[in-house]
Amino acid sequence: MTDLAAEKPRSRASWRNVDLTAVAPFVALALLLVLGAFANPNFFSVDNLLNVLTRSAFIAIIAVGATFVISAGGLDLSVGSMVAFVASLTIMFLNSGSFGSPAAMLAAAVVLAILLGAACGLANGLITTLGGIEPFIATLGTMGIFRGLTTWLSQGGAITLRSSEIQSLYRPAYFGSVLGVPVPIIVILATAALGAFVLYRTRYGRHVLAVGSNEDVARYSGIPVARVRTLTYVIQGLCVAVACLLYIPRLGSTSATTGLMWELQAITAVVVGGTALRGGVGRIWGTICGAFILEIVGNIMLLSNFVSEYLLGAIQGAIIIIAMLVQRSLARR
Amino acid sequence: MSSSSSASTPSAAPLLEAVGLSKSFGPVEVLKDISLDVRAGEVHAIIGENGAGKSTLMKLLAGHLQPSKGELRIDGQTVTLTGPVDAERRGIVLVHQEILLAPDLTVAQNVYLGRELGKGLTVDDRAMNEGARRAVRDLGADIDPNAVVGRLSIAQRQLVQIARVLLVPHRVVIFDEPTASLTPIETEALLKVIADIRARGTAVLYISHRLPEVKQIADRVTVLRDGRLVASRPAAELEPMDMAKLMVGRDVAKLYPDHQAASARETVLEVEDFTVPGFARHASFRLGRGEILGFAGLVGAGRTELMEGVVGLRPGRGTVRLNGQPAHFPRVDASLKAGIVYLSEDRKGKGLLLTKDLRTNLTLASLAAFVRGLQIDRAREAAALDKAIAEFDIRTGRKDLLAGQLSGGNQQKLLLAKMMMLDPAIVIIDEPTRGIDIGTKEQIYKFIARLADEGRSIIVISSEMPELIGICDRVLVMRAGDIVGEVAGDEMTEDRIVVLATGVKSQEAA
Repeated sequence: MTDLAAEKPRSRASWRNVDLTAVAPFVALALLLVLGAFANPNFFSVDNLLNVLTRSAFIAIIAVGATFVISAGGLDLSVGSMVAFVASLTIMFLNSGSFGSPAAMLAAAVVLAILLGAACGLANGLITTLGGIEPFIATLGTMGIFRGLTTWLSQGGAITLRSSEIQSLYRPAYFGSVLGVPVPIIVILATAALGAFVLYRTRYGRHVLAVGSNEDVARYSGIPVARVRTLTYVIQGLCVAVACLLYIPRLGSTSATTGLMWELQAITAVVVGGTALRGGVGRIWGTICGAFILEIVGNIMLLSNFVSEYLLGAIQGAIIIIAMLVQRSLARR
Repeated sequence: MSSSSSASTPSAAPLLEAVGLSKSFGPVEVLKDISLDVRAGEVHAIIGENGAGKSTLMKLLAGHLQPSKGELRIDGQTVTLTGPVDAERRGIVLVHQEILLAPDLTVAQNVYLGRELGKGLTVDDRAMNEGARRAVRDLGADIDPNAVVGRLSIAQRQLVQIARVLLVPHRVVIFDEPTASLTPIETEALLKVIADIRARGTAVLYISHRLPEVKQIADRVTVLRDGRLVASRPAAELEPMDMAKLMVGRDVAKLYPDHQAASARETVLEVEDFTVPGFARHASFRLGRGEILGFAGLVGAGRTELMEGVVGLRPGRGTVRLNGQPAHFPRVDASLKAGIVYLSEDRKGKGLLLTKDLRTNLTLASLAAFVRGLQIDRAREAAALDKAIAEFDIRTGRKDLLAGQLSGGNQQKLLLAKMMMLDPAIVIIDEPTRGIDIGTKEQIYKFIARLADEGRSIIVISSEMPELIGICDRVLVMRAGDIVGEVAGDEMTEDRIVVLATGVKSQEAA
């Protein structure tokens, strides 16, 4: 039995919480910016900031997909390996010279990468939903598979884009800019805007949050739970594909270590952004903010002499734990 | 307050006494100036509608909350309970309404959870199994102490929970609606247990919505309304109807609405030879247009599972005809599209998203109707919520509350509103008034009757026989997976239903 009167004050408190957890990542970002300014005067230069944001693109874009998966109560550990796998196959296709003109090759490669990403995501989704396997285990398995296939494809070495024509045509996709804004930053914002629209404004987005919030309620409401879940993994795969398409022109090469530990960074960005790991709440813009925070921490470490940059991984690991502690303490009040 | 609690024998000193207890959350005063006591060897019932403050009062008495004003006395000594552990140490134990057991552990492991019996470095499973078996048997039940709790029925889990609480040395036991999910026979057994506890000189505080059982078990009755104590009298002076009147603050002579039971109805739903493996066998029934059909039976008789099978929520096989046409619902979205809705008995677990707001919950099953272009039209959603709040009298201070913050009765109204957004022809409601106070019950019955009068067909599954008899045109009785009989008209009596539901000829005298 619950009595309404007794819960009124709690409701006020919980509304304040919702605001707090949503605002917290942005406050953290602001504090980091201030810290960065103190650490090194060059930090606040436009060049440095644009550079940092550009470098966060891969993780930010992948993390938008991860926000969908996690909001629906799932988890995808395979994204880092998936980047390596999809990017490798795409480069191999570009090297195959199937079409005459470099532009046609590139267009076909874009389509191929998207299809590959979607297929990898679909595989993850079907294994967890149809196979009924815990997402942690299922994607741990595909993480090994994608990584192993990449190592096999590259025979332990690197897969490098050979055609210089394609390379020069493709280069602006990462290094170019529109009206002074680097392309990767535009892609981040576009991906996030699209993600936010789907998650907050569409019926599918509402279903994602319902499934993550309580699967039984969703099922009894006639929501096709398995399909909704599977699609979140497909969205994750599409985001990985977009990240690959930015990654290839940057280095023009992949190896067995491409995208190593990116799953950790993507999940960290999502959690730092205020999305609940148990599902039911998704914060796309918080996720973007989380990805920025991770990259800025790295940048500050690089620019300052306080901490060795070799400790970056340890710092990122600490951030996810601190973010969870902050989330919990905000929610408890 | 004018009424005092001096009605009972003045000789025995009160074991537990509340004096002028008030509790405020922020500016909201939930309890105001409550004074009551409970003595050794008596059952003191606390009744009131949802929101009357019963739960808050119990939490104050069991140390879960601190009073804003007033004091608690144990054996005449003023005490401050620092928490539930402190209360337990002083012999005050609370049997929660919700079942708080670890579903993956066994009965014995749950009974002794946190106070395991040890033998050197290891736990003494044999002693705990023996102790748990005895504790459960003392409650008149026979449950294997090695059984995994997750596999037990709700009623059995309830008994395990009570056994667990009673293992603590206790002087005052507080029961918070212990019979909400029990069948009449299980309730009867539990009331006997409570009488035993009383006979051992324990003081019992008993909260319930079920007034006849309050009349049966209580020595004294205290009525709360809107956080105030409105009456405290010996149970012998109060009939259930008087209690209802005190609770609601007005006459509730007529709990069940009029419903025109048309004689000849066209059949809208026909279920034939339907089997849900493990739960229901070869069930056949028909439902007429505008009819209210009841399903009675003991908990575990397979009523819920049969309906879930029919609407596609669990695997089942058999023939289903909708308006004469064969229909097959492999998944629940198919039956929802066909105009059949099922409202789960588990409102919190399967009906509503407790952590989402009312709007999201209301439109969840009918979201397609709120999509314009690609987007959900939030303005239209908000309008639908306003309409639902008015139509189903959902009492909420603010519209941005979360569903979990509503009282049980208002949650049920919201769930009803949510499923009615689909404009169904057939409505299946499982335990429509479980855990709901009498005033809201009356409203729910009115809604059900109105839906039927609109030409919709209703199936009501309920363990409360008076409610089935009060609102249904016809009642089917299930026993252990079979439909064993049908009662209608003058045959619709509790005796007749109990005989069918239990398969025994006579019921023990109440």
